[in-house]
This record gives sequence, C-alpha cells and structure tokens, in this order.
Amino acid sequence: MAEIVEGGGGGGKHGKKKAKKGSARIDMTPMVDLAFLLLTFFVLAATLAKPKAMEIIYPKEVDDKEDKTKLDDALATTLLLGENENEVFYYSGAFKPDTTQLILTDLSKDGFRKIMLDKNMRVNDQVIQLKAKLESKEIDESTYEEAYKQVVGAKDAPFVVIKTVDETKFKNVIGAMDELNICNVRKRAIQDMAESEAIAVRQRAAELDLKKK
Amino acid sequence: MPKIKIPKSAPSLDMTPMVDLAFLLVTFFMLTAKFRNMEPIEADPPSSTSLTQLPEKVMLITIDTAGRAYFDISGRTVREKLIERMMVRYPAAKLTQEQIESFSKMGTFGQPIELLAQYIAGDNDVKAALDKTSKGIPLDSLNNQLGDWIQEGYYAFVDDATEQGLTREQLKEDGLRYAIKADANTEYAKIEKVIDVFRDKQIFQFNMVTNLEGSDTNADANLNAQ
Repeated sequence: MAEIVEGGGGGGKHGKKKAKKGSARIDMTPMVDLAFLLLTFFVLAATLAKPKAMEIIYPKEVDDKEDKTKLDDALATTLLLGENENEVFYYSGAFKPDTTQLILTDLSKDGFRKIMLDKNMRVNDQVIQLKAKLESKEIDESTYEEAYKQVVGAKDAPFVVIKTVDETKFKNVIGAMDELNICNVRKRAIQDMAESEAIAVRQRAAELDLKKK
Repeated sequence: MPKIKIPKSAPSLDMTPMVDLAFLLVTFFMLTAKFRNMEPIEADPPSSTSLTQLPEKVMLITIDTAGRAYFDISGRTVREKLIERMMVRYPAAKLTQEQIESFSKMGTFGQPIELLAQYIAGDNDVKAALDKTSKGIPLDSLNNQLGDWIQEGYYAFVDDATEQGLTREQLKEDGLRYAIKADANTEYAKIEKVIDVFRDKQIFQFNMVTNLEGSDTNADANLNAQ
C-alpha cells in the first residue's frame, strides 16, 4: 500500500512534528462492496445463452397430383393437431372417413415419440451405427452428414404429415417437429387439415371428452 | 502450564487478490454485456430440443399471440440502407437524418411505415402508446408492407455485404437467414400468414426461435435408450 515516509528534513530544535510512522492504509471496504454489487448485477443481467432455433424448410408450392403419386401410403403416418393443445391424434396409411380410427397421443416423451421411434426403427439403427462410427473417428463430419442424409432420405423411410387447423397452437407444431427431429424422421410436411379430417378430429375429441381437461 | 497467547491485534485478511478478481469479473461482464433494446412485445417462444444457435446475420419476424408481426434485421449499416430503400418505395415516410440514425440503432418494431417517423421521434411514452394501438406491420395483400420490408431488407443486406467485399459464394455460405419468433400460444394460421409472405419472395427456409428444453429430453439419450 501507499506509504509515505517523511524524510527527516531540517528539523527544528523543538520540532517534534513527528510524521506518523504507520503506513497510510486506505479502507477498501466500500470499494470492494461496490465491485461486488456491480459484479452481481452484471452476472444476473447477463443472458449468456443465446436463443436457439429450429430449422424448418417449407416446400415450394407443388402440384397436388404430383405430390400424391410420390407418396406410398404404407409408409405414411399422419399427425393431426386439433385446436386444443391436448387434441393430438394420429393414423397410419391413407385416410378413409368411415374406417380410419384416430388414435389419441401426445407430444411427450412417451407419446408420439415412442410410436415413431418404433416405426422408424430401421433408420434409427442405421443412424446409431453412423454416430458410433463418427465417434470412433472412423468417418469424418462431412461423410457423416452425407451418409445421414442418405439414410433418413431413403425411399423406404417412413414419412409423417403434420396436419393443422387454423387454431392449432404454434407450440404443438414445434413440439411435433421436435419429436420428428428426435426420431430422425426427415421426410415430413406441414399441411392444412382436410375438412373430413377436421370433422373426424372434432368427433373423436368429443368422444374422449378432451375439451374438459 | 503456559498460557496460550492470544494475539492482540485484529486478524487482518489480505483482500487484494479477491478484489483483483472481483474487478476482473466486473470488467469482463461489463465489456461482454450487450444491452438489449427495449422490445415492444413479449413473445415467449415454445421449447424444443434443438441445439442450433440463432444465426448472427438474421432477419427476425416476431409474431405475438394476436398475430401482429414485428420486424427486425441485424447490422446497423444494413438497417441504414434498408430504411433509405424503404423511403424510396414509400415517399410518404419522411425521416430526417437523425431519425435514420436512430432507426439503425433500434431493435424490433411493429409500426406501419406511415407512423414510423412519429414512432422513432417519440419518447418512451409515445412509443408505448403507439405499440399499444399498433396492429403490427401490415401484411395483407393490398398493403403488404411486411413483404416490402423483407425484400428491401434482403437487398440492403446484399448491398452491404458487397460493400464489405463478400463474394457471391461467401454469401451463399454465410448469408442472411430468416428467423421467426412466435409466442408458443399463437395460432398456427397466423404464423402461416407470415410464412406465406416469405414464400411469395421465394424464401422457404426458416429458423424458428425456440427455448431449450431440459436435458431429460436429449435426443441422443433417447435414441440410445431404445
């Protein structure tokens, strides 16, 4: 610390003006208090985590006919998101108004994810193998990306169509897309629900008394 | 037995290293802190397990539960160019040089262009009042201002990048990205409206802003558990 020692200048005869010998200490407590106050403020105010984002690619407007010929019903799963948050149904294959049974599910860990992981098992197995290879440095990042794309985009890979009504909540759409990401279902689309499907959803929801929840 | 001697003077602790550290941290946080602009709306995005970070160079459209659209684009020089372009397109919007300057520093806004000058010039009270009555940036087909903001925003970005000497290839790799930040409870139809505006401009790829979910839903963990 700062120390000022006064030299013994020409001291007078009686000049007993003794300079204090002890070092001049400055009390740092207030400064330290302030420093910690500021520190606390900045730590609390800092948002270190940048927001995350999920990439969604929308298709260009395509001709419906062409679209339909491409899709194989056996691989199709349709997820219907109703107007309420808990109205989440799915069916497999093509929709037949009279016979198709809508199955209630949800977007939690044990809901739609289990079903899709099961349906997409073959793809998932391949992805796990690829990941293991990547981790053991057998293949590099770009080879992995390339192979991953091929695996998830395979012709016989299952695909999912997410169908929404106007009132569907955005979080359900994002939740559904997230489940598909987790299940490695990359062949997917978001579409508006057909009227017949919307009716079926409403009926089923009424049957199950979902609105009361 | 000898008495244990208790030192008379108060025990003093050398705080210097601690203080040094405290100031170091203060300096660090002060320098890294980026003050967020006051946002005119609260939109709480849904959560997902996506780990992708929101890109740096981004055009961000925020949508609240009422379906109002708000516009934001990163980069001060880009914003300057953008507002100049918009003033050419909408002669009704007359901004002074000073207002252009403050526009370039501003964050998200959701005002029709006719009110923009008033909004920028106003103090916080005026801004709050305008935000309250605002219907967001108009995006219907008769008065598609959002579409113009998007288009001019893209051109302004390209202009700015060319000025900085970026080539076309670099732009492809590291160009402008489009993000949509919508409240979790927004009706999807309202988001589709905004997406349709983008689709008109031949933009099909979006980053949906999400919060990170807890790690129990980690994608890899789930897959491996199967």
